[in-house]
Amino acid sequence: MNRKIVAYFVGSVLRIEALLMIVPTIVSLLYREKEWIYLAGATVASFLFGYLLSFRKPRNMTFYTREGITSVALGWILMSVFGAIPLWHGVSSIGFTDALFETISGFTTTGASILTEVESIPKGLLFWRSFTHWVGGMGILVFVLALLPEASGDSIYLMRAESPGPSVGKLVPKVKSTAKILYEIYIAITFIEIVALMITGMSLYEASVITFGTVGTGGFAIRNSGCFEYTHVQQIIITFFMIVCGANFNVYFLFVAKKFKEAFKSEEVLSYLAIYAFAVIAIAINISNAFSSFGEALHHSLFNVASVMTTTGFASADFNTWPGFSRTLLLVVMFIGGCAGSTAGGIKVSRIVIGFKTIRKELEHFVHPRSVKILKFEGKPIEHAVLRGVNVYFLTYITIFAVSVLLVAFDGKDFTTTITSVIATFNNIGPGLDMVGPCGNYSQFSPFAKYVLMFDMLAGRLELFPMLLLFMPITWRRQR
Amino acid sequence: MKIIIVGCGKVGATLAEHLDQEGHDITIIDRHWDKLKYLSDRIDVLGIEGNGASVTTQREAGVQNADILIATTNSDELNLLCCLIAKKAGNCQTIARIRDPEYYSEMRYLRDELNLSLVINPEQAAAAEIARIIKFPSAMKVDSFARGRVELIKMNIPEGSKLDGMKLTEIEAKLHCKVLICTVERGEDLLIPHGAFALQAGDIVSFMAPHAVALSFFKASGANVTNTVKSIILIGGGMISYYVAKKLEETKISVKIIEQDFAKCQKLSEMLPQAVIINGDGTDKQLLDEEGVGVVDAIGNFTGIDEENILLSLYEKEMSKAKLLTKINRITFEEVIAGLNIGSIINPNSITSDNIVSFVRALNNSRGSNVETLYKIAQGRAEALEFFVRDDSKVIGKPLMELSLKPNILIACITKGNRVIIPNGQSVIEKGDSVVVVSVERGLNDLEDILV
Repeated sequence: MNRKIVAYFVGSVLRIEALLMIVPTIVSLLYREKEWIYLAGATVASFLFGYLLSFRKPRNMTFYTREGITSVALGWILMSVFGAIPLWHGVSSIGFTDALFETISGFTTTGASILTEVESIPKGLLFWRSFTHWVGGMGILVFVLALLPEASGDSIYLMRAESPGPSVGKLVPKVKSTAKILYEIYIAITFIEIVALMITGMSLYEASVITFGTVGTGGFAIRNSGCFEYTHVQQIIITFFMIVCGANFNVYFLFVAKKFKEAFKSEEVLSYLAIYAFAVIAIAINISNAFSSFGEALHHSLFNVASVMTTTGFASADFNTWPGFSRTLLLVVMFIGGCAGSTAGGIKVSRIVIGFKTIRKELEHFVHPRSVKILKFEGKPIEHAVLRGVNVYFLTYITIFAVSVLLVAFDGKDFTTTITSVIATFNNIGPGLDMVGPCGNYSQFSPFAKYVLMFDMLAGRLELFPMLLLFMPITWRRQR
Repeated sequence: MKIIIVGCGKVGATLAEHLDQEGHDITIIDRHWDKLKYLSDRIDVLGIEGNGASVTTQREAGVQNADILIATTNSDELNLLCCLIAKKAGNCQTIARIRDPEYYSEMRYLRDELNLSLVINPEQAAAAEIARIIKFPSAMKVDSFARGRVELIKMNIPEGSKLDGMKLTEIEAKLHCKVLICTVERGEDLLIPHGAFALQAGDIVSFMAPHAVALSFFKASGANVTNTVKSIILIGGGMISYYVAKKLEETKISVKIIEQDFAKCQKLSEMLPQAVIINGDGTDKQLLDEEGVGVVDAIGNFTGIDEENILLSLYEKEMSKAKLLTKINRITFEEVIAGLNIGSIINPNSITSDNIVSFVRALNNSRGSNVETLYKIAQGRAEALEFFVRDDSKVIGKPLMELSLKPNILIACITKGNRVIIPNGQSVIEKGDSVVVVSVERGLNDLEDILV
């Protein structure tokens, strides 16, 4: 293992984080809040530490999968530690564990909060809290790659470790240009949503913060009531952008490249929309009695299913009080999540589709034991390595899920709370059901349970394996 | 520039690597996913799985916006088809690899009628280099510039040579020939030496001189290898051996080819009436001795297997004083092989990739003073480039000493019409000249790039 290069990358991540933290510091200064000093302090600390780690470029710049994966995992952990400083010092009611939970929840675009009350928290800090969604949504190493002056072929290892989905490809030949294109699309979407929300009468500050939560598919709100109080038009705008950011960004690249035919043929995005449409209609019918009209039920179904499926975690109504069928269906779409190559979490639609195709193939195999069938996805044969990766992912997913539930159960909370808290953090959604529902929060958990959930958030965001590899001694062993 | 390469074999991969170093956007098409994955993990290229001759695949690789398509699959016909389709689908420059002698002899017709920008034939290019080396048996490598008027020759300074300990300024006075030492490799280092630099035994030097001067330089410096080659044995009857034998047909050098496959032998004998074709195992010691490995002037080890070639060379080094030529296809262990001291190493892929890199650089710079020829020296750590000087260049009309050149750049030769000048401070570059520059810096596109 080339530890120097890992240190170099982690250092670069922290330096970029320092750069990004300047934004909330300025916001805080503009609102003349005394907490700006904590943001500035964290900026300086992050920069200095990052500088120490990366001021000298290692002579041996070659790195392989394990260096890439370790850099990503360690980078995310350290980034969260430094990102937690402003909240830890700036909000008197919370300790370090809570601040770290909140920050990891931010960077992993989960949106699970330990704060019982947010409106009294200074605006600069809230801005940073939501800004972490935006940063974490596309991935900070992708950002580093876009800025890095010279990215070599090996840098695909970094991108692969950070980007969601079973197989990560490039859009254009150079990793650097690919990273740039992704960020350009991301910034464009962000900008459009801010403008759209401002047209409906939201302030620039609130529009920005809500947009960060939406495009990063995070879900931190800045009102105690979440998104309950926004007008229908505003909620529809948010719904639209949640769906947009839960779809594969490759499709938008195809749009930009004017390949409309291919863009509309994307199997993953079509399946994603189909699942969404099915869930929306089923839930709307199920909850129509609780609302004044079917239109109203449909509206809330549209918003909350989008929020849960794209793993954002905003709520326009307390879905915890909905009938059992709706609550269960919401849990199901929580697992499915968004598309690969989006900012959303969950298992990812492409894996679900591939998984179902595998099941069907195996069933057909019972009928025709000698049949040969090549599975296709997006019109192309699925490579054996990808198929194996998907299967292993499912197994690992279930294992981590089961162990986490067991560990969180030590807290003695009721069954629904225990299980949905893990579902909601592991899939980077935010709100679960019962105590952790849209109107509840995570503050009652013990520190131990919080650390388990933090691990789940990071594991969910980084596609399981980087976090697991961090604990494997073989990763750290020197190559002889 | 946007470049599409079809075929992820040895040639394709070498090309992708070199062109990536030049900073181009490269998309590579191959049928095999695992090859693509392996390559795109190592270097920053985009791999597309599919048939390179299908429009759909080419479109997916972005042929509409591509500048160049290079077809390097192992089938000549497929390469031509790829180029034809790319020309229609994207109107880009096309380069095809054509190896079959039958097609290659009709190259000019194919190139014109099918609108190819360049036809590459690694084996033929290698044979051309081999033919040049055979003329200078003491040389390790011979690159020619200005349409063969001047040569850049790489040689090893052996123990006890007259050059050992000689300063560069003394060469002209002591040996009575005017050559310019361009680069010196000493151990790990590569230098562009100045006048007071003293050569040592064991150095590998590259010098620039016209053909006749180079010959007398070799004689004067007392190289201990046979000075003229009269006979050569080629082991392995592949494409390279054929092209070498063909090239040597006009000369008085007698050629003997040893090939295992009887059918191949018959074909070779049909195409090369003057050569002696031996049907037998080239790695058979008895056969080698019988066919006169000990007395021949030069031996070329051109079998299809690198390891076999190296082993043969090691044996022949013990057995004879002949000039050895060894074909190596994989350049991964270049440093180790260079240390074995087995004569000239021939790598068809890197010769080809040099040709294409110079073509791409010239394309990149369509208005200025173009790169005509490019050779990589010292495992790619330095480059020798030939530029054709256009009228509006900034380097024209001034004595060289007045130009402020970048460090580690040497103007090695100026050709004015038929006159070859090894330049000094007073020499002046004029319009229409061709100038050879040796540089440690990569990526010179224009002659003006040598200025600070």
